[in-house]
Amino acid sequence: MLSPALVIGVSFAYLLLLFGVAHWGDRRAAVGRSVIGNPWVYALSMAVYCTAWTYFGSVGRAATAGVWFLPIYLGPMLAMVLAWLVLRKMIRIAKTYRITSIADFIASRYGKSPVLAGLVTVITLVGIVPYIALQLKGISIGYSVMTSPLGAAPTQPAAWWQDSTLYMALVLAGFTIVFGARHLDSTERHEGMVAAIAFESVVKLAAFLAVGVFVTWGLFDGWGDLFTRVAASDELRPLTLFAQGQQFPYAQWFGLIVLAMLSVIFLPRQFQVMVVENVNESHLRRAVWVFPLYLLLINVFVLPIALGGLLHFGDAAMNPETFVLSLPLSQGWNALALFAFVGGLSAATGMVIVEAIAISTMVCNDLVMPWLLRTRRFRERAEEDLTGLLLGIRRTAIVLILLLGYTYFHLAGEAYALVSIGLISFAAVAQFAPALLGGMYWKGGTRAGAMAGLLVGFGFWVYTLMLPSLAKSGWLMADFLQQGPWGLEWLKPEAFLGLSGMDNLTHSLVWSLLGNVAAYVGVSLARPPSAAETSQALLFVDVFNRQADARPVFWQGRAQLPALRALMLRFLGGNKTDRLLQSYARSRGAAAADALIADARLVQFVETQLAGAIGSASARVMVASVVEEEALDLDDVMRILDEASQLRAYSQALEEKSLSLEKATNELREANDKLKSLDRLKDDFMSSVTHELRTPLTSIRAFAELMRDDENMDPAQRQTFLGIIVAETERLTRLVNQVLDMAKIEAGAAEWNNAEVDLAHLLGQAASSMAETFRERGVRLDLVLPESAEHVWADADRLMQVVLNLLSNAAKYAPRNEGVVRLVLEQSANELLVSVSDNGPGIPADQQGMVFEKFRQVEGDAHYRPGGTGLGLPISRQIVEHLGGRLWLESQPGAGARFVFALPLAAVAVA
Amino acid sequence: MNLVAQRLVALFAAGLFLFSFPLLGLWNHDVSVLGLPLFPLALFAIWAAMIAALAWVVECGTGRDDAADHTDAN
Repeated sequence: MLSPALVIGVSFAYLLLLFGVAHWGDRRAAVGRSVIGNPWVYALSMAVYCTAWTYFGSVGRAATAGVWFLPIYLGPMLAMVLAWLVLRKMIRIAKTYRITSIADFIASRYGKSPVLAGLVTVITLVGIVPYIALQLKGISIGYSVMTSPLGAAPTQPAAWWQDSTLYMALVLAGFTIVFGARHLDSTERHEGMVAAIAFESVVKLAAFLAVGVFVTWGLFDGWGDLFTRVAASDELRPLTLFAQGQQFPYAQWFGLIVLAMLSVIFLPRQFQVMVVENVNESHLRRAVWVFPLYLLLINVFVLPIALGGLLHFGDAAMNPETFVLSLPLSQGWNALALFAFVGGLSAATGMVIVEAIAISTMVCNDLVMPWLLRTRRFRERAEEDLTGLLLGIRRTAIVLILLLGYTYFHLAGEAYALVSIGLISFAAVAQFAPALLGGMYWKGGTRAGAMAGLLVGFGFWVYTLMLPSLAKSGWLMADFLQQGPWGLEWLKPEAFLGLSGMDNLTHSLVWSLLGNVAAYVGVSLARPPSAAETSQALLFVDVFNRQADARPVFWQGRAQLPALRALMLRFLGGNKTDRLLQSYARSRGAAAADALIADARLVQFVETQLAGAIGSASARVMVASVVEEEALDLDDVMRILDEASQLRAYSQALEEKSLSLEKATNELREANDKLKSLDRLKDDFMSSVTHELRTPLTSIRAFAELMRDDENMDPAQRQTFLGIIVAETERLTRLVNQVLDMAKIEAGAAEWNNAEVDLAHLLGQAASSMAETFRERGVRLDLVLPESAEHVWADADRLMQVVLNLLSNAAKYAPRNEGVVRLVLEQSANELLVSVSDNGPGIPADQQGMVFEKFRQVEGDAHYRPGGTGLGLPISRQIVEHLGGRLWLESQPGAGARFVFALPLAAVAVA
Repeated sequence: MNLVAQRLVALFAAGLFLFSFPLLGLWNHDVSVLGLPLFPLALFAIWAAMIAALAWVVECGTGRDDAADHTDAN
């Protein structure tokens, strides 16, 4: 037993810490360094699923029903498997249309119906208030266990003002207001609150694990010891098995899994943290497995604590729901018990805060606003800024919700175990599933269908679950449970139409969900959807298919910019309105907000922004009140959709066209560049040719003039000059021939007489025809031929030209009198290699590439320009390449040059 | 549906069967494994395996790009 002052002091210190965390989160968000912008925090905030119900109730359930606490956590596991598909779509829809609550989501889908939004809000309120009461009960029980002697019955304080739970509820309301309704945000996001919730998730997990470790290894000697003792007990051993005496255990088990699967998405607080507070869709990728992992961890020690408690306390009448606290207390581990209490406090406060925020948004937007918008007094105050009023409504709603929860706890909380209350709430929110999931995937669902489904489902829930629970609490005569209303047995709430055998939760679930789905589908199919329903259905179901700018705008009529602006001012305030309109103007390419055209898209933009603040249904009403609308019929919706898809098709076609245009432009530019470079090459070529022609011509002319002017020239001298003239003329002829040759080959106009050529034979011929030249220069020519070589497919004359060219080059560059030139033929797998190597000066690496360029000769050596034309090698390379081969140079300065060409074998070439 | 979506649906179906009739009955025996009762042990083991499989599908699966938006989830 601890002193109340200590427990209360620690509780408030913890709440202050929570304030600190939330404040820090808000501060960080304000400077743009969000703490919640990462998937781990997102996953931890999802763990708000684990409330006091998990913390205290699971152990209680495990102590009486063994493994039956688990389906509540296996359901979310399964839901998270599909979350990447389903939840991501919900997030995308909510973000796109500024949807901030589950009521808004459903109402918006079915033509922005205020009635539907109101109905969903009422169901939520009725369903969730007991759940909030449950949290307060958890705190209250925990407090009394901590502060009473062990095993004493919890005492209710004599007067309500002495009840610490009431003050706890009020403190929580204050916290919720500060971090959930301090200012108006049209996305309804609360960074500080989410940071605090994630922090609470860590605390409750750590506290629960600490108690688990204490029980397993402190109280017992590990898992083995604990379970061996359980196995030895005939009373406890059955708790580790499946069936606990139920008539249809599988159906009940399955029912609980389905219930939890739906609740983890449709509970208002889950929708708030998972959809509304989501920072980035991609965070879901990690959260979908971290969240189930969290659930697994927090459940690992439930069974050990429950069974350990039963073993430890034996027959002592101890409430199993408080084992988490009473086990450490019984061993005098007060600090651990206090930590466990703080963990339970975390679980409870986290749930209450988020739930209160979510429900207050719904109450404000979907119950109070529609009613206010109808009253005359409100309309008369039309010119005022209403943001303060909106905040006031939400704050009041938060306080009222918590007081309602407290009242429920005070009046009915004693009657029921924690787990039963929680399951009743789960069953209530599960009623949203058909309308919501159906609306996301089925375009045929209508407002009337959704309304019918919700009413039938909720009706069954009230009749088969809520009323019986009230009767058992003693608020109603319990007669109708046993005999049925007015004595009609077949109407008995817990055995409707005689369906019996199931527990009352499964029974209620079967009837309510079955009736819900049947009514939703049946009524939806009874008549075709209206224009408003169709347009919203298209926007929801196909949310992934449309880019923002191609989204159709289902609105027609006339609007005035000042009127729209005034509307925004009323609900969003001045700064925000200016900022929003300016950024919208920028995105539309308008110079300023004043220059905007009040077209359908602007009307839609204003409506979406308002929807974030007051809900889509109220936003619809408000926008309709300041513009002149033309009602849309189904044909209009289809026409607008058509136009949008046409627009999309046009824009796609346009995009494709501009792409292909761009491609063509690039191709043209490349071609142009190529042409330019070719043109430059041609110019270079022409100037080179001219230059090459001028040299011999100049010398011919000079010698001819000499002979003309000097009639008495010595005949021997004249003979020498004539010899030079003849040689220069030959060089001219050769040059002209080669230029022509080159031009022909390059233009593809050369004639090729291809045939099988015996290269060995050809090389022999070449060697003998050059023998005289080599002999004159005193250069030795070695001919190395294989014994047999295959043939190549080529033009023998052209090939001869190449070989002669290479040989004459080699002869020119090889040193006189001691030069050696080797002409080698080799055969490899699929080609013949011919190499001509000399022992001349070689060619420097930086000039090796140039030798194949036209009119380039190797510079800087003694043999510079020994009578060549500078066209031999380029022509040779052209020829070899034309024949499908390669010609290259291997050389090291000082070690001679080796020209090699390779030709494919005949068979390969023909093939 | 893209590959990730197909894997998720398959995993969901597997989980649904593993956590309910009739496969749940496989473990419903009064037997101890390593000193722990079989039934809860099996449930936690399947649960852990599902988390691992889910993590693998969403974190390592192909199609990390969000271009998949237009094809899946429909």
